[in-house]
Amino acid sequence: MKILENILAPVIGLVGVALLFALLTGSPERYLSAANLRVVLAQTMIVAIGALGMTVVMISGGIDLSVGSVIALASVVAAVALRNGMAPIAAVLAGIAIGGVVGSINGLAITTLRVVPFIATLGMLGVARGVAKYFANQQTVNAPPTWINELAVTFPSRPWMLFAPGVWLTIALAAVMTLLLRNSVFGRRVFAIGSNELAARACGIHTDRLKIWIYGIAGLFFGLAGVTQMSRLRQGDPTVAVGVELDVIAAVVIGGGSLSGGEGSIPGAMIGALVMSLLRNGCQQMGWPNYVQEIIIGVIIVFAVAADRYRASRAAEASS
Amino acid sequence: MALLQLTGIEKRFGATVALAGVDLAIQAGEVHALIGENGAGKTTLLNIVAGLLRPDAGEIRGESAVAYIHQELALCPHLPVAENILLGDEPTSHGWLRREEMLERAAALLDEFGRSDINPRARTGALSLADQQVVEICRALSSDAQIILMDEPTSSLQRANVERLFRLIGQLRDRGIAIIYISHFLEEVREIAGRYTVLRDGSTVGSGDLKSVTDDQLIAMMVGREWQPAESRLYVAPALNRRDVVLSFGNLQLRRGEILGIAGLIGSGRTEFLRHLFAALPSAGYLSEDRKREGLALQLSIADNVTMSRLSKCARWGWLNLRLQSQQTEDVMRTLRVKAAGPRSRVFRLSGGNQQKVAVGRLLYQDADILLLDEPARGIDIGSKADIFREIEKLAASGKAIVMVSSYLPELFAVCDRIAVMTRGRLSPARPVSDWTPESVMQVAVG
Repeated sequence: MKILENILAPVIGLVGVALLFALLTGSPERYLSAANLRVVLAQTMIVAIGALGMTVVMISGGIDLSVGSVIALASVVAAVALRNGMAPIAAVLAGIAIGGVVGSINGLAITTLRVVPFIATLGMLGVARGVAKYFANQQTVNAPPTWINELAVTFPSRPWMLFAPGVWLTIALAAVMTLLLRNSVFGRRVFAIGSNELAARACGIHTDRLKIWIYGIAGLFFGLAGVTQMSRLRQGDPTVAVGVELDVIAAVVIGGGSLSGGEGSIPGAMIGALVMSLLRNGCQQMGWPNYVQEIIIGVIIVFAVAADRYRASRAAEASS
Repeated sequence: MALLQLTGIEKRFGATVALAGVDLAIQAGEVHALIGENGAGKTTLLNIVAGLLRPDAGEIRGESAVAYIHQELALCPHLPVAENILLGDEPTSHGWLRREEMLERAAALLDEFGRSDINPRARTGALSLADQQVVEICRALSSDAQIILMDEPTSSLQRANVERLFRLIGQLRDRGIAIIYISHFLEEVREIAGRYTVLRDGSTVGSGDLKSVTDDQLIAMMVGREWQPAESRLYVAPALNRRDVVLSFGNLQLRRGEILGIAGLIGSGRTEFLRHLFAALPSAGYLSEDRKREGLALQLSIADNVTMSRLSKCARWGWLNLRLQSQQTEDVMRTLRVKAAGPRSRVFRLSGGNQQKVAVGRLLYQDADILLLDEPARGIDIGSKADIFREIEKLAASGKAIVMVSSYLPELFAVCDRIAVMTRGRLSPARPVSDWTPESVMQVAVG
């Protein structure tokens, strides 16, 4: 029941947003219809996959600002691989692998150069974007149509699937990551270094090695998010996904993650990602211009973090 | 055969000698009290025993697993109790946690100490400090430590929990585990420890059986240095109306032209007392004991730091007169003999002594009537100390009222007019320096 307790706040947020827009749009049957839900889920996928990696990073007390650039880079790499006649599965793996490589470099920079994660990944935000433009020759890369395009479609070609295959993949990966964080030694040590890095080190945990793994694994997810991006656009675009890292971080924080580490949950982050898409979708249905969405989402992020700080100070009081 | 034998251990940090030849022998199954004044080198010694610091000279014999229980707890507050106890040594199969086994092992350890009331599934951060300490001791045991180091483990505990802790320490001793126990309170030490070692100024000055030594003898060993009666006051200004009380706080009264010393052990509440005074008197000048974190803006220049508390003195219409600021800072620097390239040098480039002078210089510049000084001469060289104390005495002579906290008794005896002693949050009446001796101050402090 602990898992329910942990995600209670984001669930309340989710229900609140859904009800609000169901009422605002005046046609709850349309806003909450299966068709619209499919649209929302397909839009959620990229942020949700990114949030799978970001949750691990943030629980460990870190942050990764390079997500958007890595998504663009992986989308370009996968598209270039397809264009060069590689098998679709190889292109997918190449996109994921490039994310893992970039993540490992982040981890190495943080541990060997002793640069704080914010700065190390801020640097990578620029580097990965630049490399993506170099690989793509500064233009979009058209990929020949393959089954990859089916991954993220709003309406799957096989109706019995209900949602896009990528949605099911995201749900499966979320389940795996939940188990990994709860029940594996790796997962518990991620919590340990986020909670008290010195204590973890004093207990003989190789914190540097662990961090390289954390950023590397997170990078794999960002790479997969990039492949999904390519699947949606049907091309590799080096200029895509600017600022997505902020959506991803917001999803993790809405889901109960803490910027100071030690806290966070995968189910919470998934709901956080869904809350953001429902908001975007609701604003669109209302016919509100883009800037209204931006303002609302900005406000929500600040309040989610304020709630996080409030919770943390309450917890600190309770323990003293 | 000793479990651990240290001979002639030396350690220096830069120019300061922390340990200058420490001998320590620990037997299995004993509680060994490590006694000494603040700054005698006890914590440095424990860090060396724990392997966190490497000694510059000396020999350590004995290969034992050591666990160090710090003054600040080193636990992961977000994790459950069982995971903290077994962190780094979790029962696993193929990388997956065997949670049931982990909970059982943690519960068994807690049960051994009669603390089955602590739930191994509970979030560690939600436990009381006393219970968190039990978790930390269980962690030491699960890692098969043969020597457990405890640095002031009772400093944050209430009496009932202290008794519980002592029962637990007794159980550890009976299992053959050696405990090195630091405490300032002699009464407590006698209750729990068998043998003792006294450190003074980084050297072992006595060791033996606690039963064959009196409190007075221990205190004499702790204090034991030569001291001169208060005759070194340079500027005494009897002409000032010394009856003029500027501060009355509880039963404490402070007069113009007076330096009141607050003695007491670290953690006795001296700093908190000073902060309460400052909260009540926001116009007073306050010098924090933590120069790096609360005292100075290290990245800024000497001029910025010195003038910060009273920028209006070198500004007009909200605009700083930079030349005036530099000139005024140079005056302060001359008075305190700050060694630096100039008023625009950045503070982090200065030596510790010169940084402290800048912090004191700000108080000179602020020109407040009441000064609250927390360890004004901690960790700085003798020359800087002399410069700072000379200025403090001049300030008193010019009619300011000064409260000064210090851990170093000779300092208090040399500079102050009256001394009061803080013990566990209570302040003794202030008495003239001539009524005190270092031994009588220490007796009140450890009482």
